[in-house]
Amino acid sequence: MKKKLLSLILTAVMAASVLTACGTADSKDSSTATESTEKEAIALEDFKVGVIHIGDPADGSGYSFTHDQGIVEMQEELGLEDSQVIRKNNIADGDAVATRTAIEECIEEGCQLIFGTSWGYMDTMEELAEEYPEVMFSHATGYKSNGTNFNNYFGRIYQARFLSGIAAGMKTETDKIGYVAAMDNQNSEVTGGINAFAMGVESVNPDAVIYVKVTNTWFDPTLEGQAAEALLDMGCDVIAQHQDTTAPQLAAQNRGAWSCGYNSDMTKDAPKAHLTAPIWNWGVYYTLTAKAVMEGTWDAANYYGGMDDGLVDISPLSENCAEGTAEKIEEARAKILDGSLKIFEGSLFDNEGNEVCKEGETISDADITGNMTWYYKNVEVK
Amino acid sequence: MIINFLFAAIKAGTPLLFGTTGEIMTQKTGNLNLGVEGMMFMGAFVGFFTGYKTGSITLALLAAFAVGVFAALIYAFLTVSLRANQNVTGLTLTIFGTGFAQFFGERMIAAAPDKSPKLPAELVAALSEKAIPLLGDIPYIGKLLFSHNIIVYLGVCIAFICGIYINRTKAGLNMRAVGENPAAADAAGINVTAVKYIHILAGGGICGIGGAYLSLINGGGVWNNSCVNGQGWIAVALVIFASWSPVKAILGSLIFGAFSVLQFYVPKDIIELPNAFYIALPFLITIIVLVFTSMKKSKEGAQPAGCGINYFREDR
Repeated sequence: MKKKLLSLILTAVMAASVLTACGTADSKDSSTATESTEKEAIALEDFKVGVIHIGDPADGSGYSFTHDQGIVEMQEELGLEDSQVIRKNNIADGDAVATRTAIEECIEEGCQLIFGTSWGYMDTMEELAEEYPEVMFSHATGYKSNGTNFNNYFGRIYQARFLSGIAAGMKTETDKIGYVAAMDNQNSEVTGGINAFAMGVESVNPDAVIYVKVTNTWFDPTLEGQAAEALLDMGCDVIAQHQDTTAPQLAAQNRGAWSCGYNSDMTKDAPKAHLTAPIWNWGVYYTLTAKAVMEGTWDAANYYGGMDDGLVDISPLSENCAEGTAEKIEEARAKILDGSLKIFEGSLFDNEGNEVCKEGETISDADITGNMTWYYKNVEVK
Repeated sequence: MIINFLFAAIKAGTPLLFGTTGEIMTQKTGNLNLGVEGMMFMGAFVGFFTGYKTGSITLALLAAFAVGVFAALIYAFLTVSLRANQNVTGLTLTIFGTGFAQFFGERMIAAAPDKSPKLPAELVAALSEKAIPLLGDIPYIGKLLFSHNIIVYLGVCIAFICGIYINRTKAGLNMRAVGENPAAADAAGINVTAVKYIHILAGGGICGIGGAYLSLINGGGVWNNSCVNGQGWIAVALVIFASWSPVKAILGSLIFGAFSVLQFYVPKDIIELPNAFYIALPFLITIIVLVFTSMKKSKEGAQPAGCGINYFREDR
């Protein structure tokens, strides 16, 4: 009986202390929140930017390398010293604890602006934006924002994917094109990219089919190469990819096939195979945002750039491209730039025969990156 | 289709075969070296760098072997001479080797033209898959058995030689004695320290070649900072699967290699299984094998009794 009473009292005391602790924390939060609503300009020499990379920019090609090229461009444009850019590399984007630690280290070192470059950082960054209202958070490839200090940035890479599809469609002789995809149709970014590529292929080669193999990882050179080889075994003679390394390109090259890269110009890695790659010029966004944060004018609105902003493009066509590719691509590029080619406009059919977009309608950018689960009619997941 | 699948399985399994054979040599002499991943990483970098600079396949493989020996020497000195904890030392070696390869790998990338260190064309040609004349022309079997790159054959040869060495030679017997009961071996006049050193070093060298396979063959001729990416750990699991026999490791690595490429060869429109299943499969099988070997009462195919325990002569 005595024990029971004691435990009861202890529980009550604990509950009370927890409640009061919450109370004080709440009041502190609200006071800092009111302070942060007005954003102040930051002097150039006091400005610090943190960058969270999923891979290592030193890899020389691929996703993190491309983001970092943009960071370097921003640094040069603004005239920041090396010590004013803090990089955290190889932060697994499925690991919320590691993500939080890396970002908090950046904040401790005095960063006023944090760029998180991979999809899985989004929720952690959203939480941290609440906890650190004086720090600006900008996250790539997602969709959330809070209107004060947290946004997402991404772009119409599907425009560039469409153009690379033209190069692939012109080149293939077996009319089978392989596509090494990081994620299945649960990931709209990947699926939308495949569909845009497939439409590019179809625009010049209606007979060709796109075989997709899913690796379920963004970054694994061994698996990516193995998936590409399996596609080559199925008779594909062009390999495209939505992956972070050059492994699929090299697999294609070693078998005497052709390839389309991603993120950065991969002609330098696979000169005998590479046709062209959809590429990002992240520097456009990084410079814009860093400048706005420094001037205190950043509005934390989501950013969605396209080919007309210079955010996305394809790398220069290599000499491996089929004759006439440059003209076809130029034609399509002009139409994209003047707005007459929207790519995802009706009528469109998926590979199960359903009409997913009616004549005269277009699919919104938000749906292409956030809500696309169907594959275009010439796509087969193998 | 099946032939293509098995061909890809052999290609994927070969680095595991090297790692496993090397680790079996180490464990048979009574030392558990969890540094396989690190030794493979070091072999991967040094092998690639040597090939990149010299264009010679022999030098590349020798250099990978040498750095594997060097890595194992660190481990052997710490665990055999200084009697440090084997698990901790092995894990440290993994962390060290990974950092070693990435540190120098980054510098090699930064120094390379276009930031893309590529093997010379003649080396890529020498490493490519080639059919052996006549034998390679046999339908099906020719493609499956006689059309590989040269390192695959080397791996199978090393595994057979190690298997014969362990079970059919006097030196192999001494080594097993040291692994099972170092005190008894010591009393029988075997130099325990020397035997341990020799086999740990040889095992490390073999792991190093496995790493070189990953950077030279799997990498497609361009350096990648994450080329080993966990293969060393699978090799450690495979030692158990192969029940400490290098010859069984040939079959084991083929099976594990098959599992790793299985997801790309099972037609999705016929059998749809969650991807996690394919990733878990090798380890599920390892657990099943462990259960069966522990049910079997015979000593054969079990871990050497002295494995993981450091030997103090004074403790006898």
